[in-house]
Amino acid sequence: MSTSTTLLSATAHPLAAGGAGEHRTLIITLFSVFVAITLGITVWAGRQTKDATDFYAGGRSFTGFQNGLAISGDYMSAASFLGIAGAISLFGYDGFLYSIGFLVAWLVALLLVAEPLRNSGRFTMADVLAHRLRQRPVRTAAGTSTIVVSIFYLLAQMVGAGALVALLLGATGEGSRRWIIALVGLVMVLYVTIGGMKGTTWVQIVKAVLLIAGTLLITVLVLNKFHWNLSTLLGRAAEASGKGGAFLEPGLQYGKDGTSKLNFVSLGLALVLGTAGLPHILIRFYTVPTAQAARKSVNWAIGIIGAFYLMTIALGFGAAALVGPKAITASNESGNTAAPLLAQEVGGGAGSTGGAILLAVISAVAFATILAVVAGLTLASSASFAHDLWANVIRRGKTSEKEEILTAKIAAVVIGAISIALGIFAHRLNAAALVALAFAVAASANLPTILYSLFWKRFTTQGALWSIYGGLISSVTLVILSPVVSGNPKALFPGLAFDYFPLGNPGLVSIPLGFLLGWAGSLLSRPAPDQERKYAELEVRSLTGYGAH
Amino acid sequence: MDSEEAVGTPPTTAKGPDEPVRPAVPAQPDRFTDVRNSEEFGELRRAHRSFAFPLTVAFIAWYLLYVLLSNYAGGFMDTKVAGNINIALVFGLAQFLTTFLIAWWYARHAAAKIDPKAEALKARMEAGE
Repeated sequence: MSTSTTLLSATAHPLAAGGAGEHRTLIITLFSVFVAITLGITVWAGRQTKDATDFYAGGRSFTGFQNGLAISGDYMSAASFLGIAGAISLFGYDGFLYSIGFLVAWLVALLLVAEPLRNSGRFTMADVLAHRLRQRPVRTAAGTSTIVVSIFYLLAQMVGAGALVALLLGATGEGSRRWIIALVGLVMVLYVTIGGMKGTTWVQIVKAVLLIAGTLLITVLVLNKFHWNLSTLLGRAAEASGKGGAFLEPGLQYGKDGTSKLNFVSLGLALVLGTAGLPHILIRFYTVPTAQAARKSVNWAIGIIGAFYLMTIALGFGAAALVGPKAITASNESGNTAAPLLAQEVGGGAGSTGGAILLAVISAVAFATILAVVAGLTLASSASFAHDLWANVIRRGKTSEKEEILTAKIAAVVIGAISIALGIFAHRLNAAALVALAFAVAASANLPTILYSLFWKRFTTQGALWSIYGGLISSVTLVILSPVVSGNPKALFPGLAFDYFPLGNPGLVSIPLGFLLGWAGSLLSRPAPDQERKYAELEVRSLTGYGAH
Repeated sequence: MDSEEAVGTPPTTAKGPDEPVRPAVPAQPDRFTDVRNSEEFGELRRAHRSFAFPLTVAFIAWYLLYVLLSNYAGGFMDTKVAGNINIALVFGLAQFLTTFLIAWWYARHAAAKIDPKAEALKARMEAGE
């Protein structure tokens, strides 16, 4: 097929339907191979999934290294791969903040959350809270916020998928874009319902290896073009960006005025505090046998994720230098397709066989990335629905494991349908910015309660409820009132204007509010009579691992 | 691993909702409270908290400093160090470096100071002391 690619794609617009469309066969083949292999793994994993521990926690049988890879596969989403590369390629240095925040955030998980969570919980984040607070209200709250955070995150991945399809099939491919999003949704539901946590984990491991390999390849090719001189690469990127030296300095995207500077702080705060509150990350800590293994897996994840984010420098600045902002924005306004375009360029350019192959490989890797992440998100949210809301709140603990797992599978189907619907109609947004919103909601609604539960004796049920609902409602409301949703051409609803909150990320307001409400709500309520004893138990269990599941 | 303790109070992981959780048993002194008040446990908690808490404050402060400098100290961050590499990039890369170092340092500290204490306490509790 490669012989026929050359003619059509050598036009001025390498991304118009004709050019990239020629590589479709190769991309679809590679992608189908990935889906076939991973579905095979999923079916195999499904055969070994017998009880709830298998379904939710992969039988707690993964090693620290395996889980470290799976965490990386769960975490390095389309937002990182497509969104950050795009943000750096368009805004230079400011895009790099995402990489730094996403990585530093892991220290919160490592130092404060991973081990105690592993020691004291079973399947979900709410398990830990239920140790010492009143079960039904806190499970309802934690389950709700888990589902909301996951859906925000899912939306970001679907937007990434949509952008890829538009690149590969051309702007006319609106119908195909819907098809692919629906397909992504279908496959992720299959992973989760058939393979449970075991299947999902292996999909994430395979994807992590592919993503690192693909990124490494592009990085090597880019650096090679600049004779391994970072300074030359940066200089050429600045030149090609048309912004000169400012491209390499902070402030291009967030330095315009006082408001955008505050937005930068807000984003930074959300990134660093969000990770340890992300439900799909938290449940990964339950897949290893001990707290030590959980620590090891976070350490592996920090190494792998850190290496990946370092490479986003080469990806982003490389795309700016070699593809150029004009071609990038022509393909996708938010830059979501910068990485695949760069792959095509370093492979020999549009029209070359090498370019076609690399574009296909990187696009398939990006699809694999999206699939693995959405599967993790679907699993986290359906697990929380079944385990927290259904089994312990609605059915008051009177379900069988079988019924609970069936509920989780039904929930996965419903959540898959919701995310397909959302993904189909949100496509103008930058995937990294969208994920940052999920981080803000997680940092506002989940993190305060997790930390207070683990480390503050005086914390009460009321404090948890105020913090979770307060953080959730404030962050989501501020997002709705932000420029992300309305009031400008890039917004979700460009035709409407109810953008009363000036910051694109709510973290600066909603995160302190979540912490404050948890503190005030606790002090303004009377502690339960057995608070002392229950906290002693949680403390002992979480630090020693005694009685851990 | 799944064993529910035979002594003392029923576990709070009771399958039911909160109502039946209030235990009928614990007139006797609670063993978790005893362990929590023991000197060994105090040492374990200190080994974790005295390391993790200050370090968390430090890395968040260092990260926020970096964010604020990027925002409000443009002139300083734009200073070229070598070729096109400026202080902003060096600070960004330094964030990577400190993250790797802290992760490594904590793993070492935990293996030496936390794990042995935690395991000893756990073993003692499992032996039913």
